[in-house]
Amino acid sequence: MKFDTPATTNPIDRLKVIGQPTDRIEGPLKTCGQAPYAYEQHEAAQHQAYGFMVGSAIAKGRITRMDLDQARAAPGVLAIVTAANAGKLGKGKYNAAHLLAGPEVQHYHQAVALVVAETFEQARAAAQLVHVEYSVDKGRFDLAAVRDQGVEPKDELPDVRHGDFDTAFAAAAVQFDQTYSTPDQSHAMMEPHATLAAWQGDHLTLWTSNQMIAWSVGDIAATLGLPKDKVRLISPYIGGGFGGKLFIRADAILAALGARLASRPVKVALARPQMANNTTHRPATLQRIRLGATTDGKLTAIAHEGWSGNLAEGKVELAAQPSQLLYAGENRLVSMRLAPLDLPEGNAMRAPGEAPGLMVLEIAMDEMAEKLKLDPIQFRILNDTQVDPVKTERPFSRRRLIECLQTGAEHFGWDKRNATPGTRREGRWLIGMGVAAAIRNNLLVKSGAKVRLERDGKITVETDMTDIGTGSYTIIAQTAAEMMGVELADVTVHLGDSNFPVSSGSGGQFGANCSTAGVYAACMKLREAVTKKLGMTEGEAVFAEGHVQLGSRQVPLRNAAQNGAIEAEDSIEFADLAKQYQQSTFGAHFVEVAVDAFTGEVRVRRMLAVCSAGRILNPKTARSQVIGAMTMGVGAALMEELAVDKRLGFFVNHDLAGYEVPVHADIPHQEVIFLDETDPISSPMKAKGVGELGICGVSAAVANAIYNATGARVREYPITLDKILDSLPPMI
Amino acid sequence: MRAFNYSRADSPAAAAQAALAQGTRFIAGGTNLLDLMKLGIETPQQLIDINHLGLDQTEATPEGGLRIGALVRNTDLAADPRVRKDYALLSRALLAGASGQLRNMATTAGNLLQRTRCPYFYDTNQACNKRTPGSGCAAMGGVTRQLGIIGVSDACIATHPSDMAIALRALDAQIETLNPDGNTRRIAMADFHSLPGSTPHIETALTPGELITGVTLPAPIGGTHIYHKVRDRSSYAFALVSVGLILQKDGSGRVAVGGIAPKPWRVEAAETLLPQGAKAVSARLLDGATPTPDNRFKVTLVERTLASVLAQARDEA
Repeated sequence: MKFDTPATTNPIDRLKVIGQPTDRIEGPLKTCGQAPYAYEQHEAAQHQAYGFMVGSAIAKGRITRMDLDQARAAPGVLAIVTAANAGKLGKGKYNAAHLLAGPEVQHYHQAVALVVAETFEQARAAAQLVHVEYSVDKGRFDLAAVRDQGVEPKDELPDVRHGDFDTAFAAAAVQFDQTYSTPDQSHAMMEPHATLAAWQGDHLTLWTSNQMIAWSVGDIAATLGLPKDKVRLISPYIGGGFGGKLFIRADAILAALGARLASRPVKVALARPQMANNTTHRPATLQRIRLGATTDGKLTAIAHEGWSGNLAEGKVELAAQPSQLLYAGENRLVSMRLAPLDLPEGNAMRAPGEAPGLMVLEIAMDEMAEKLKLDPIQFRILNDTQVDPVKTERPFSRRRLIECLQTGAEHFGWDKRNATPGTRREGRWLIGMGVAAAIRNNLLVKSGAKVRLERDGKITVETDMTDIGTGSYTIIAQTAAEMMGVELADVTVHLGDSNFPVSSGSGGQFGANCSTAGVYAACMKLREAVTKKLGMTEGEAVFAEGHVQLGSRQVPLRNAAQNGAIEAEDSIEFADLAKQYQQSTFGAHFVEVAVDAFTGEVRVRRMLAVCSAGRILNPKTARSQVIGAMTMGVGAALMEELAVDKRLGFFVNHDLAGYEVPVHADIPHQEVIFLDETDPISSPMKAKGVGELGICGVSAAVANAIYNATGARVREYPITLDKILDSLPPMI
Repeated sequence: MRAFNYSRADSPAAAAQAALAQGTRFIAGGTNLLDLMKLGIETPQQLIDINHLGLDQTEATPEGGLRIGALVRNTDLAADPRVRKDYALLSRALLAGASGQLRNMATTAGNLLQRTRCPYFYDTNQACNKRTPGSGCAAMGGVTRQLGIIGVSDACIATHPSDMAIALRALDAQIETLNPDGNTRRIAMADFHSLPGSTPHIETALTPGELITGVTLPAPIGGTHIYHKVRDRSSYAFALVSVGLILQKDGSGRVAVGGIAPKPWRVEAAETLLPQGAKAVSARLLDGATPTPDNRFKVTLVERTLASVLAQARDEA
């Protein structure tokens, strides 16, 4: 189905099932341990052996010698994979570094070997007996030191120069110029990267944990030199991804190689301390913001310039991107520079670009508002735009940022905020409020599904869409139930198998809207097949309550399948509505913090997000996405940082004791308000995404609240107490 | 984790004797040792399980104090009414440590013997004089925000991570041990943990095979007990700085500090300055500190946290 004109009234609009706060349909399986994750596919293959990865001890250089004798002789060892016996390996389209090093080493903890043994403990013990000697090359590990070597990422974000920034900035009555930094961050998802691999002849099956099935089939085929049709990926349950599982990683390739060498199915999970350096992370950025405005607060000049680093073939972090669209202003410069670094590969993490970009831009807006003596909400409202500020002929499909800000202000009690920092105190605590705007673009990706009316009248959906903890199973079942007029319990959903039609997958907050739109398309086709079978082709039949009705004639749906199941497959394909309209989601985040006046410890006391994101397909799962993202935003604001050893070139705090993410005690009551709306430009579902919108701007709202509480304006994330101490009141 | 032998000791004496053999470790809660074994940092050939030795009781001493068995779990110790009433600092410090699950397993003796959380110690690719004597210290000049500012040496700047130990130091606890030769002794908390000097792998005064059987607290000294642990998140994190304070009505008191040194940091001479306030105490306490650029803030933080607990103690008194 081609989606090329805005949606009109369709069966989804009935909202009998869609739009309801339904519990997760796979929830009981997960809470009862009946949902097998990749490492728990005990029944999938017989005689599974265990692989344990050995990671490089250096960041850059060459392996000069490997001594495997001791490891080979260790109890239970079946095989040891290294570059020497892996055969020729290609590289996936979505990988910057090779997934198995040798002889060249590209980053710390890059895999150098996989030890396969009868038990996990044997494999791990033997892995510690693999002796590797290296010659070390000098590497580049400090973004600030290489920033001037950055080049324009022409394929990803060529410089945006609109109007004449330099002249307008120079002429602006009020000017603002500051530079900020955001650190490397780790996805730190609960389930580590894990894969079980089994060969049947030259056919490879991988049970893995992966967000993007079709991409990954292609990359496994490319890496192992196999035709795509010899590779099957199965990934029904995923314990969190956040972008860290968009791509195949070492676990998948090493499991496949280990299984081939050992002639046994082999499973591999990365150990937690290996994840930060072996896999991808959100890269650190440096960002400079310059704003020029009239004395009454109209922005006339906006420059957002950023720098990030990566390995050769790695991508830039598009941190400056949100400054293209968020605020009005006739003169604009938006640019990123990509500098060479020899740290592990930087790549997508929840709201890539927008998350670190808004961490910075939305502090700058707070600083500029203060300079203009304007309320920060009023300042943002003054600079709202209903059209793409660079291509002014393109309107936003829906943009209700102002309503988000105003609704939030009223609900949160913004009028109680004292604009003078450090003026509200409760005992030992300094209290402050902060706000930030959020924008995250609505990406549209082709998505397919197969739906089947079974002989008993029930519906089965199959698509390679993934559920990374987001609720895909549930909203897909809701969509099919709505479309076919059956109960939610009458729909069975199968996901995450490369034998199923290719979907959007889970990423960029496009999964919910696109994958359900794909199911919508397949259901429209199935409805056609059903009405044809029932001889109801004149006019538009209504599918409701297990029946199909046309005029006065009403037939049970299952009658159509009495002689055999009926199947339909289709995809949603998005035409050029995204060119005609700028499609984005918007939000406003409100945060109240308390800061210990003695020690600088920060406690977030209240949080509110107001989201404008099209139709909310399931308010319960959507709310879970937003509060999870808000939590991640608190982590980014206050504690998350992969600490770089700039001499040795690795992330030092590479476990969950060292890389701190918020605990329950850090997260207060969180409120989420979804503005009631639809966006018919987006898809037949009239939905967009919220999973990434929820993190956008949160950290800046925390930072702004800390400023309001203490007067400490911290421009280097995370805002740990050592950066606040000197701004605190003198001790009693 | 390398293959190892496992045996259960049936008496403290037998445990101590068995532990004389090289490559032997006692195991109680295992909350730290097992992690270190998985990472290949500890590679014992023999584990002696001491969980069944009956060292899990807390009892009154004739001197009016408490004797805490080596195997009393952190959860039980923190909840003991006698501890909560007379040694609140200990209860508060325990509850500031780890998580509920870990405290359920972790024992009194094991808590004292836990190893540093220096990230370079935890990464076997990196040089570490504590892990491999003489190999060097990768932490120095690296990421040192969490590491020590005083009592450290050119060989090691790691800290001791225990919260419980801070309280025990302030309370003048004594460690009771049993040697393989059958002799017992008491070691003052002040002398129990060693400073690294040139031998950072030697972390305590214990001799080979010596088994901790209990910890003795002297009779209660009263006062207001406060433990403030400052960290990057609200719970389940090691201290950047922690301050244990016992303040008497006359303004005298005791202070022990965690998160800054290889052992609980207490300087009795600094305590005499308590009437002069946090600045004076802190200056004396940290006299000779050698912070790195990354952890210089701890000097200020000790002072401010001490000011905070002093204010709190005065409020509570």
